[in-house]
Amino acid sequence: MTVLAVAEHRRGELRAVSHELVTAGRELADATDGDLHVAVVSGSVEEYADRLDREGVDVIHTVAHGEEFNHDVYTQAVTQLADEIDPTVLLMPQSVNGLDYAPAVANRLGLPLITDAVDLAYDDGLTATRELYGSKVETTIDSHADSTAVTVRPAEWPAAEGSGDATVEPFEATIDESAIRSTVTGFQEVGGGDVDISEADVLVSIGRGIEEEENLDLIRDLADTLDATLSASRPIVDNGWLPKNRQVGQSGKVVTPDVYIAIGISGAVQHVAGMKGADTIVAINDDPNAPIFDIADYGIVDDLFDVVPALIEQFE
Amino acid sequence: MKVLVTVKEVTAVDDEFEIDGLDIDDRYVTADLNEWDEYAVEEAVQLSESLDDVEVVTVTIGPSDSEETIRQALAKGADRAIRVWDDALDDDAMLDPATKARLLAAVAEQEDPDLILTGVQSADDSLGATGVTLADQLGTEWAAVVNALDLDAEAGVAHVHRELEGGVEELTDVELPAVLTIQTGINDPRYASLRGIRQAQSKELAEKTLDDIGLDATALDSPIEQTALYEPESEGDATLYEGTPEETAGELAGLLAERGVGQ
Repeated sequence: MTVLAVAEHRRGELRAVSHELVTAGRELADATDGDLHVAVVSGSVEEYADRLDREGVDVIHTVAHGEEFNHDVYTQAVTQLADEIDPTVLLMPQSVNGLDYAPAVANRLGLPLITDAVDLAYDDGLTATRELYGSKVETTIDSHADSTAVTVRPAEWPAAEGSGDATVEPFEATIDESAIRSTVTGFQEVGGGDVDISEADVLVSIGRGIEEEENLDLIRDLADTLDATLSASRPIVDNGWLPKNRQVGQSGKVVTPDVYIAIGISGAVQHVAGMKGADTIVAINDDPNAPIFDIADYGIVDDLFDVVPALIEQFE
Repeated sequence: MKVLVTVKEVTAVDDEFEIDGLDIDDRYVTADLNEWDEYAVEEAVQLSESLDDVEVVTVTIGPSDSEETIRQALAKGADRAIRVWDDALDDDAMLDPATKARLLAAVAEQEDPDLILTGVQSADDSLGATGVTLADQLGTEWAAVVNALDLDAEAGVAHVHRELEGGVEELTDVELPAVLTIQTGINDPRYASLRGIRQAQSKELAEKTLDDIGLDATALDSPIEQTALYEPESEGDATLYEGTPEETAGELAGLLAERGVGQ
C-alpha cells in the first residue's frame, strides 16, 4: 500500500508535526511493505523537501503555489495528488490548519475521516485509537473503506531522523483561482504585556477548578508566598479572569520552568503541550483520574481549597 | 439575514465512572450544551442585536431527551430551533463527521442561511471536523478555529481571526455564505434571564425526521466503526502525597524547599 503524509509549515518554518507524520506514515507503510509519500504544498517547497527527506521517505511531492497556507489551495492540491497516487492512508496533522483543510479533502475524495489519532495500526484494514471525554477514555475505530483519511495528534510519534534518498517530484496541481474564496491578510502575535511566563523559574498555574474569579486571590497569595509567577489554563483566560499572556498551552505559551505547580487543572492535551517540558511538575486536583497526574512528578489528590491554604501556612 | 448555529448536547463524565459496552454508563454522565456551541450561539445572538433583521436558528442532531438542553440556546436569544432525529438513528452508534454533516447540510439546504456557526469541536467526541465537512458538502467557504469575527454583511465578507498555535492569529477574509467554526473565548456568553427562559418555552422547536429533510437511512451508512472503549492505563509515575491537607501540604512544602522555591 501507499501512505501519503502532508507536511505542515508556517511563516517559513517546517512545523515539528511534519517529521512526526513521517514516523507515523513509515510505521503504517512497513506493516504492508508499502511506500511512504510525503507532500509539501506552498512556500519554499524545494527547501522543505530537502528537510523532509528523512529515513523511510520514498517520494516527496512538491506543489509550488503561493507562500502561506490557504485552505482552498491545500484542499485542491492534496485532493488532486491523492487522486493520482491513490493512498490507502492519507495522513494530515491534527493542527489548527490541518483541521482547516483535512475535512474538505476527505469530503472531496469520499474518504472517511478519523481525527486526532494517537495510535495507528494496519492489519487487513486501518485501526485508529483516539481519546474521548477529555482523555478520560480511549476508543478504537476500524475503517472498512479501501482508503482512509486521518489527522494525527502532534507529539505522539517521535520525529523521523536520519537522511533519506527520496525522489523529489514536482506535482502540477491545477489550482482553480476562482475557488479561492478566502484570503489571508496577515498575522498577529497575541499575549504580549507585562510578564513573560516562559521566562519564569517557578509557575503557579490555575485551572477551571478555581470555580470563581474571586477565588483567584487564594492562588495569587500562594504565588506571592512562593515568589512564583502566576499562569493559567485556557478556561481562566477564556473567562477573562487573567490576560492572554498568562495562558499556558497549545494556543498560549510553551513554558519550561524548574517547577510547575498545576492547581485545579485537568491536563487536557492542549494544556500539556505547553508545559510538559517543565523539570518538576506538581499537580493538585481532586479528580484522581485527571490526566494531569499522568505527567506529574508529584501530586496531591484533594480539594485545592483545603490544600492551598495549608501550603501557604507552611511558608509563613 | 439568517444565521444557522449547530448545537449539540454533550455529556460530561464523573471523576469515577464505569464503561458499559461502547459507552459510559449513564449513571456517571451529566448532559449539557457543548461549551464551544455556547460561544457560537452567543456570537450569533450578538449579530442579531447589532444588525437589523437577523434570524438565529439552531439545529441539532439528537433525541427528544436533548430538548431541554437545546432550549438553553433559545433562552439566550436564538429565535427557533430544529432537532433532527429518526428511528434509524435511535441507538448509541457513533456518527462520523461526514454523516453528521450530511444531516446538517440537508437542513441547511432547506433553511438557506447566509452564515453558519458551529463550535470548533464537541467536548465529548472532539472530532473537530463536522463544520468544515459541512461547508464543503454545501460548497460554501469556511474558516476553522475562529476567535474574532467582524461581519461586513453588505460586502458579503467575514473578517476573522483564526487562532493558530503558539499565540499567533491568522487574519483572514472569508466570502459569504460561509461556515465558521467558533473557538471558546471569542465572546462572553450570557446567562439566560428568567424572562428568556420563559420565552424559550414558547419558541418553535421543530422535530424533523430523515424523510422531512429529504434523506433516507442510507445517509447514515458509514465505513468507520467504533470497536472498543476502555480506560487508558495510567502512564503516570507521580509520587502521590497522602493524608490530611496539612500533611500533604507539609510534604509538598518540603519538596518545594528542596527545589529552592519560596526560600
